[in-house]
Amino acid sequence: MTDAALAAPPPVTEEVAVQITKMNKWYGSFHVLRDIDLTVYRGERIVICGPSGSGKSTLIRCINRLEEHQQGQIVVDGTELTSNLRNVDKVRSEVGMVFQHFNLFPHLTVLENCTLAPIWVRKVPKREAEETAMHFLKKVRIPEQAAKYPGQLSGGQQQRVAIARALCMRPKIMLFDEPTSALDPEMIKEVLDTMIELAREGMTMLCVTHEMGFAQAVANRVIFMDQGQIVEQNTPREFFNNPQSERTKLFLSQILGH
Amino acid sequence: MSELHAQTVAQVRDTMLPPVPPPRRETGAIRWLRQNLFSGPLNIILTVLAIWLLWVALRDVVPWAWRGVWRASSLNECRAIRDQLYPEGTSAACWAVLTDRWRQLVFGFYPASQIWRPPLALVVFLLAVSPILFARLPRRLLWLTPAAPFLIFWLLWGGTIWGPVAAALGFALGVAAFLALSRARYPILALLAGILLPVLYWSFVAGPLARALAGVAPLALPAVASKDFGGFTLSIIIGLSGISLSLPLGVLLALGRRSDMLIISKASVFYIEVIRGVPLIVWLFVAQLILNYFLPRGTNFDLMLRVIIMVTLFAAAYIAEVIRGGLAALPRGQYEAGDALGLTYWQAMQLIVLPQALKISIPGIVNSFIGLFKDTTLVSIIAMFDPIRMASSIRATTAWGGIYWELYVFIGLTFWVFCFSMSRYSIWLERRLERGHR
Repeated sequence: MTDAALAAPPPVTEEVAVQITKMNKWYGSFHVLRDIDLTVYRGERIVICGPSGSGKSTLIRCINRLEEHQQGQIVVDGTELTSNLRNVDKVRSEVGMVFQHFNLFPHLTVLENCTLAPIWVRKVPKREAEETAMHFLKKVRIPEQAAKYPGQLSGGQQQRVAIARALCMRPKIMLFDEPTSALDPEMIKEVLDTMIELAREGMTMLCVTHEMGFAQAVANRVIFMDQGQIVEQNTPREFFNNPQSERTKLFLSQILGH
Repeated sequence: MSELHAQTVAQVRDTMLPPVPPPRRETGAIRWLRQNLFSGPLNIILTVLAIWLLWVALRDVVPWAWRGVWRASSLNECRAIRDQLYPEGTSAACWAVLTDRWRQLVFGFYPASQIWRPPLALVVFLLAVSPILFARLPRRLLWLTPAAPFLIFWLLWGGTIWGPVAAALGFALGVAAFLALSRARYPILALLAGILLPVLYWSFVAGPLARALAGVAPLALPAVASKDFGGFTLSIIIGLSGISLSLPLGVLLALGRRSDMLIISKASVFYIEVIRGVPLIVWLFVAQLILNYFLPRGTNFDLMLRVIIMVTLFAAAYIAEVIRGGLAALPRGQYEAGDALGLTYWQAMQLIVLPQALKISIPGIVNSFIGLFKDTTLVSIIAMFDPIRMASSIRATTAWGGIYWELYVFIGLTFWVFCFSMSRYSIWLERRLERGHR
């Protein structure tokens, strides 16, 4: 690991990155997110966990409006998310996202995957975009795969490319939606190492994950969700050693039990 | 386990075996025959049966074609030559009808002195599409592509060159207005100006401008009327225009059908279902007869142009459905990844969705194109001289009355060559776009 990865994460600031107030969302008549209130400060590393169907993925997908909320307010980096498409595109170009199934573009090379959005959204010259892309591919330790197509890489490598692709947009906030859930066990570590390194450089991160080791290593806050609500949030140490609600205790005993 | 056994289990090889060629009967033609034709009793029976069927099918056709007479000016002359050469009762093809009437079959009634023009137009077309079809060709060729439609039109129909030039200027004007205003961030104004300016220009300026320019520099080819087009020239013009125009229209319809905007999506569905639900022949009759009722009195809209528009609109509905299949086959994650990176709708479509959806749809698209090309023979019903109708009219002459096999064999083979090339190209393209497994 590099020096940056070994250093402790920089302190959390007072500056607000994401402000969610009284947010509600329904799928048809199903109430997926109920009265969510959440403030994320710049530099925070938040891990969101909870049973499946608890709304944790939906919550972070609302932050870049892959899902629309129906009530309440979401303000990302000073821009409120409404049906105004220009605001939505602005927020999306500031917020990077890493998906469970990577979602790389299979018809483009690794390098083209990384330069596409900078060239077309940020209007960066091609040469410069490629230099940035190689910089981040080096950072996720696969510069030698730049000319290959995603289909030729392993799952772990693909997910690292996906992280590099998001970083090439120089985002202020990174969202991770179960980034290691589709990976073979021996590939999880390489992706987590990359994420830990990113956290230690002070990136604002929201991660939906069940990797509790990751939460303990870098998170400054763990949020537990159930039935579309935030049930409990605390520092990782308090959250794991001294959970307050019965629902959290049950969940922790189930995922840490064996 | 005994110690003795342990000794026999441990092993170290100290000499490596050299590679040896496989046994003779496992290679080459003999192996291929054994595996594919004579692998078991049932297979042997089927092989023998197939050979017998081939023999039955070809034993009369091949000699008939081979003995064919190539030089004669009428069917009777053909028969006389045949009876001289072969014993009585021998059958022989009379290919002379093709050598005698090839110009009509290929060019219809195009003036004899001008028949260099359609092949040249075809060359221009192929040059214009080659950089699109073959990515390895120099990109500089793309400069020809926007000019090609106007050049082709001028080559085929003739007249003064300033007509097509003035029309092309309208498009250039529209594009320039659109780009200038959208760069200044007035998207709606840009779209309006991009459409209205060319329309105004075409209505009031283009005609006088073309006449003025023609007065200054009279650069013209002899004009050829649409009714003089026929044979394969007609089929290829209708087919290729239909193919190149229906693809972009089909893409837009497919995107429209999947759009979130209700009116656009319902309108696309309505269009596709109406066009697809009615036979092409009916649409061709609409083009021939009914369309004129709806146009202002006195406008005589060229029949060939009307047919090209109808065939394009018809094929676009099929292409749209094929591409919709390709769009539906893309995982949702591809759309989400594009959105999450902040790409706009059109950027995401152009850069991520369509390249993949079109690649998936290649077999279906080419299937539709082949169908469209063969369907051009239906225009024979509305009094256009496509190869089929041309064949009928040749058979109606006194010289060639009573001949039929030779003409239709030729027409069929020619269509087959075109369609087979399209099919081969699509297979080549699919292989070239192969990108490892997903």
